[in-house]
Amino acid sequence: MKFFKVRVIVMPREGLLDPQGKTVEQSLKKLGFKGLSDVRMGKVISLKMAAENRSKVEDAVKDMCRKLLANPVTEDYFIEID
Amino acid sequence: MKGRKRITFGVVIFPGTNCDRDTYHAVEALGYRARYLWHVARGIPQDVQCVILPGGFSYGDYLRAGAIAKFARIMDAVTEFADRGGLVLGICNGFQILVESGLLPGALLQNVNLRFICEHVYILPQRFDTPFTCAIPEGRPLRIPIAHIQGRYTYGSQKEKTCALFCYCDRNGNITGDANPNGSEDNIAGIVAPGRLNVAGMMPHPERAAEIVLGSNDGAWIFRSVERWLS
Repeated sequence: MKFFKVRVIVMPREGLLDPQGKTVEQSLKKLGFKGLSDVRMGKVISLKMAAENRSKVEDAVKDMCRKLLANPVTEDYFIEID
Repeated sequence: MKGRKRITFGVVIFPGTNCDRDTYHAVEALGYRARYLWHVARGIPQDVQCVILPGGFSYGDYLRAGAIAKFARIMDAVTEFADRGGLVLGICNGFQILVESGLLPGALLQNVNLRFICEHVYILPQRFDTPFTCAIPEGRPLRIPIAHIQGRYTYGSQKEKTCALFCYCDRNGNITGDANPNGSEDNIAGIVAPGRLNVAGMMPHPERAAEIVLGSNDGAWIFRSVERWLS
């Protein structure tokens, strides 16, 4: 058994209005930051998991995302495993 | 307008639900029977004819509103009840639980103005062939309060699976952008799924507008509709 550090990044799906991201973008522009666009806000869920290998972790975390961590109707997820 | 038929409504309580007693009270004040259903229950009692998932903050709204409640044990029983044709109405947080659990299509996102909105709004029923709207006079906007921060309805990729049941409108019944409090697509305030009219969800709180002393009793029409449907 090995311990793996996992980060799940959940983002609002492209094309869906993200009012939080928009508000942050406006604030950044007011602060004088130039050239920025498409600010979007999601969430990060970190966890540790014991498993035999990386692919078992990946399978389990994908299952977690489908069942609970991400809303399949409005969100996309990305998984990072260390 | 006291209840003529003794219908029994079941009011589900999850940890964090807070509109259970209002809903129970409204049901009784309208002359029907009510009973509470606890979130760990394995079944829906035989005498319950309509299950209401009331408003609140089930499981603290952690992760996403309704995301944890969909795994509560009673949701298996609610799903089975709905599959048998039983009437299920989700109000506010209850609506969020129904979309999270897949019993209704789409999703409810954070209001476009990022604020918790608590105010009376007008909603216009879009169809009258459902158990929740069949007694409402056509063309009449209902004045019912909303109280939510995550109520912006989006179809996601499920537009063809969605039927608008209520739309936000102005006091004259016009469905306009100005009358849309939270940025919902097509001003949607409540939905049913086509081919499955026994399950509905709505963000406005009919139980908070079921007696004239509360400023409006338009919400009573939803309960009266259930009575008519079951008669």
